Amino acid sequence: MTSRKKEQIVQPIEDQALFTFAQYDPEAAERVGYSGYSYWGSTVRIFLKNKTAVFLLIMMMLLIAFTIIQPYLPNQKHPNKIHIDPETGYQLRNQRPNEEFWFGTNVIGQDLWARIWSGTRTSLLIAIIVGIWEIFFGIFIGAIWGYVRQLDALITEIYNVINNVPTTILLMLLTYIMRPSFKTMVVAMCATGWLGMARFVRNQIVIIRDQEYNLASRCLGTPTSRIITKNLLPYLVSVIVMRIALSIPGTIGWEVFLTYIGLGLPVDTPSLGNLLNEGRQVMMARSLRYQLIFPAIVLSVITISFYVLGNAFADASDPRNHY
Amino acid sequence: MVKYSLRRFFQSIITVFIVVTLVFLLMRLLPVEGYFADSYDKLTPEQREAILRKFGLLDPWYVQLKNFYVSIFQGDLGHSIIYRPDVPVLEIIKLKIPYSFSFGIAAMVLSLTVGLAMGIHMAREKGRFWDRVWSTYIVFINAVPSAVYLLFIQLYITYLTKLPMLFDKDSFISWILPAISMSLGGTAGYAMWMRRYMVDQLNKDYIRLARAKGMSNKQIMVKHVMRNAFVPMAQYLPASVLFTISGSIYIESLYSIPGMGGLLVDVIQRQDNPLVQTLVLIYSVLGIFGLFLGDILMAVFDPRIRLEKSGGAR
Repeated sequence: MTSRKKEQIVQPIEDQALFTFAQYDPEAAERVGYSGYSYWGSTVRIFLKNKTAVFLLIMMMLLIAFTIIQPYLPNQKHPNKIHIDPETGYQLRNQRPNEEFWFGTNVIGQDLWARIWSGTRTSLLIAIIVGIWEIFFGIFIGAIWGYVRQLDALITEIYNVINNVPTTILLMLLTYIMRPSFKTMVVAMCATGWLGMARFVRNQIVIIRDQEYNLASRCLGTPTSRIITKNLLPYLVSVIVMRIALSIPGTIGWEVFLTYIGLGLPVDTPSLGNLLNEGRQVMMARSLRYQLIFPAIVLSVITISFYVLGNAFADASDPRNHY
Repeated sequence: MVKYSLRRFFQSIITVFIVVTLVFLLMRLLPVEGYFADSYDKLTPEQREAILRKFGLLDPWYVQLKNFYVSIFQGDLGHSIIYRPDVPVLEIIKLKIPYSFSFGIAAMVLSLTVGLAMGIHMAREKGRFWDRVWSTYIVFINAVPSAVYLLFIQLYITYLTKLPMLFDKDSFISWILPAISMSLGGTAGYAMWMRRYMVDQLNKDYIRLARAKGMSNKQIMVKHVMRNAFVPMAQYLPASVLFTISGSIYIESLYSIPGMGGLLVDVIQRQDNPLVQTLVLIYSVLGIFGLFLGDILMAVFDPRIRLEKSGGAR
């Protein structure tokens, strides 16, 4: 066995081409120095490998598109219109799902299908406004908190005061002292939503700011703008996007909770919270439970999708998972 | 240690003062109608003014604030207006505290034991069937708003198990479902972090050394992995107090438990301002001291914590 191996090794190599000198080729030299790594390219590639996430992403995009165009489709009913039976003159109350009313009607004869999509629109709109505010204000405060050392102690104290009070209590207090409206809801959520983001950005900036590779970059004369876009931002982007994705289920959840307490949107504004609350009031009658179950399914699909998407994107955009 | 605790304690006291002042001032922004039972429309402007003066609501805000602090130190937090007219707020709340307290403790103990056990189980079964099952549970609990799944638990679990749907203080079985409901969120959180820290520890080099020494898997788990994973877990204890508070408000109201959370929902709907104010203050102070106790606990658990560090990263 050993002798055979030896034989193989000592076999003369016939190909003479291997022993000629290579010419200097600038293109080949360039190729060695260039890794072909692109941050967003890698992020997208890894994200696309996650089949569940891709499926949910497509589903959510279709759902959002549908909630936007739904009122303009033919044969759609107005969410607040009370339908009346033309023969008897009574309201069409608690109609079970049928051909006319796809999701049935509620206790006063409004079309549940139209109300659910209108409610989804309202709830998603609140969630997106709060999410965008969270990014801008949270990052702004977080950046000042992390960069300006003189303000560190002051902002930390302010943060501690707000953070020490349970968010539930803070939201309840804020919505209680203001008149129930869309604006109140958005203002209350914005007042509490930025805390987590600011703290996160601040901690990241403090950690990354003084790391060796940034020091090295600075010593090599890299301009600050490039340090921020190439060294800092990739670490932040992943979690920022994840936080937005996760803040959407969070905001929808708070809306449902506040509505249950009686501090939600006015009843003439359909929202997922209002619909669930209406459904809850009739849930003891088994035949009327569809009024609770339909909004709950739509809401759960939305929140679970955003949650899973957020986590999948966070995994994909983390540079440590790139190769 | 003592120095750190004292400093942290004074910090909490200052926070309490700031929060009490802010809550009081925010409550002053409310329309004054909330201070009349339901007689607002029947009264003449003079009568309204007399009542407002009696409550001291016409004074400038700093005088009101001073009077408020004076009466707090005398143990007087005002009287209920609508919920039970003219009964001192503290007397109403006193009856409610034992229920909220017992449910809170029960939920925390449950979530801690079940959550840690679940996390350990997941780390040991990593990538296998049970790991996936519990992961699905965690995703579900984290993603779906608690207001939704708790409602469905009340609706369907009571139907399936024949447990009572509403709380009754004399029957023990009516305690089961609310306590379990309150613990679900905490359980998911503990399990998630416990699994993460255990897996972190399992990938470390000293585990390979322990294997090389000939230690059994069980010994490694108990002596090394679990002990080291517990330390970072301690940082989630303070937040869990806040979680329990948040959960209790909804669940107490859902199951009609005569506790403070249910009362808060009730008086918010009836707009009984002095009671709302007092309950908000109690919950805020509970939150502040929950975090304070948690920080002290963490310092006890983790000897590496830097006690001398001032301000900044906490």
